[in-house]
Amino acid sequence: MTLELTGEQVAGRIAQIVPGARVEAVGLSCYVHPDDLVAVATAARDDPELRFQMLTNLTAVDYLTHFEVIYHCVSLAKNHLGLFKVRVYDRDNAVVPSVTSVWWGAHLQEREVYDLMGIRFEGHPDLRRLFLWEGFAGHPLRKDFLGISGATRHAGLPHFPKQEQGYGVLNGPRWSAEPQPLPPDPFAPGAPF
Amino acid sequence: MTIRTEPFVVNIGPQHPSTHGVFRMRCVLDGETVVDADMVVGYLHRSLEKLAEERTYTQNIPFTDRMDYLSAMSGNLGYVMAVEKLAGIRVPERAQYLRVIMAELQRIANHSMAIGTFINDCGAWQTPLMWMFAEREKILDLFEMTCGARLTCNYMRIGGVAFDIPDEFIPAINSFLADFPRKIDEYEKMLLENEILIARAKGNGVITKEMAINASITGPMLRSTGVPYDIRKVDPYAVYDRFDFAIPVGENGDSYDRFLVRLAELRESHKILVQAVRDLPGGPYKVDVPLAIRPPVGEAYARVESPKGELGFYLVSDGGAAPYRFHVRSPSLINLSLLREMIVGHSVADAIVAFGSIDIVLGEVDR
Repeated sequence: MTLELTGEQVAGRIAQIVPGARVEAVGLSCYVHPDDLVAVATAARDDPELRFQMLTNLTAVDYLTHFEVIYHCVSLAKNHLGLFKVRVYDRDNAVVPSVTSVWWGAHLQEREVYDLMGIRFEGHPDLRRLFLWEGFAGHPLRKDFLGISGATRHAGLPHFPKQEQGYGVLNGPRWSAEPQPLPPDPFAPGAPF
Repeated sequence: MTIRTEPFVVNIGPQHPSTHGVFRMRCVLDGETVVDADMVVGYLHRSLEKLAEERTYTQNIPFTDRMDYLSAMSGNLGYVMAVEKLAGIRVPERAQYLRVIMAELQRIANHSMAIGTFINDCGAWQTPLMWMFAEREKILDLFEMTCGARLTCNYMRIGGVAFDIPDEFIPAINSFLADFPRKIDEYEKMLLENEILIARAKGNGVITKEMAINASITGPMLRSTGVPYDIRKVDPYAVYDRFDFAIPVGENGDSYDRFLVRLAELRESHKILVQAVRDLPGGPYKVDVPLAIRPPVGEAYARVESPKGELGFYLVSDGGAAPYRFHVRSPSLINLSLLREMIVGHSVADAIVAFGSIDIVLGEVDR
């Protein structure tokens, strides 16, 4: 069975190998200060006791007061699993250092979190949206994003595109605040072809 | 005299038979050599993670079918395991065995499809694909017999499975299992020494052990590099610790080894199925769990070895009837991490073979 390390075990070892790192153990998770994240991740990967060789899962949760970025790391050699968390408080400018330099497996997952949760990863080599197109307003997995059903509509957030208002055309910004003019219809009567 | 060519951008996909769905590779070509590549995904993005936050835990089970629609049972299993871990539900033994039987049948079905389409990409047009489809068809019939659906099964439930197997299931699976080893022998005879396959796939799309581990690659792709990492063995869930099976590993980490690992896994799945059907206990096939189950506040991460790799579900509960956060660690997406390294420097034709050997399903990449 894979052993799920407790936060105490991970944080205790981190405090030994990275002196001065700001870590805090809560239950199964080890909270890390964002500024120390890359140093802690590098040490945890190379440390013979932790050996977190693989970053298996990276995601983020929106708790409205703050975001939590979650890193599930496994050691293939030791067969255990550890959990790091990073808190981000600034909703408008959420920034976390990227761990792509430590684990290359983070690069698609960080792009996904950036796309859907709107957390920027400082130092990511190619931070672009993964699923949605450039220019999509907002980040859908945030809790204050427009809900799909029965949710209140928030002022300042875009609503679903409406064709008659000039939204929803295939070229041009679909989610901008101002209605965009429709492109000329090639099949309109009197059109050249 | 050397002829210089200008770099040229070519979009492979999104609508192209070799991309197995709506996947787009933006390749920069110099002559016929790929000098740079970038992937564009999201054409099938349905925002399942957001939709799941507005539905109860039970209502979310069908979503997990629609992620990896070629291995719906594995998706179901991973999700219900995560909810059971969150809520602390113990599952009866018969249900555990039925889950293992279904998950292994699904692995055979998925690997049959993966092998068939891979050989298709290598240039053996359609014929081996149809042989493999014949095997898959028998498994889909077994699924249909059990739960009424062939692809999107929606069979697992929180605390067990939806239905017990019908009376005709055991004779049907026994006749399938009796026939299957002979079929694998036949395929091996026809495919393993196939000169075209070896010429196209050997030494193509090579990844090393260190690269694969650092890039979070899992599943047959990781095992093809020689790392015997299989969650059924290292972190046994359901009742996998009771069965005797081996983990096939490759040596070179190339496309041919990935194909060999999948072919060998067919035999191992057959071994597990024979033991599971033999030992299938009686008793209840589910425990009663309220439909609108409200797990206690907390979080859980459960992972299973899906045919593609490690499929993980991360759930956060706020005590309500719907998950506060529903995240899927999809192996198809993360196994694409090394796509660029695998295809840059090779010809377009080799890039197609390397891409085909990853075995992705776009429903799971985009979610």
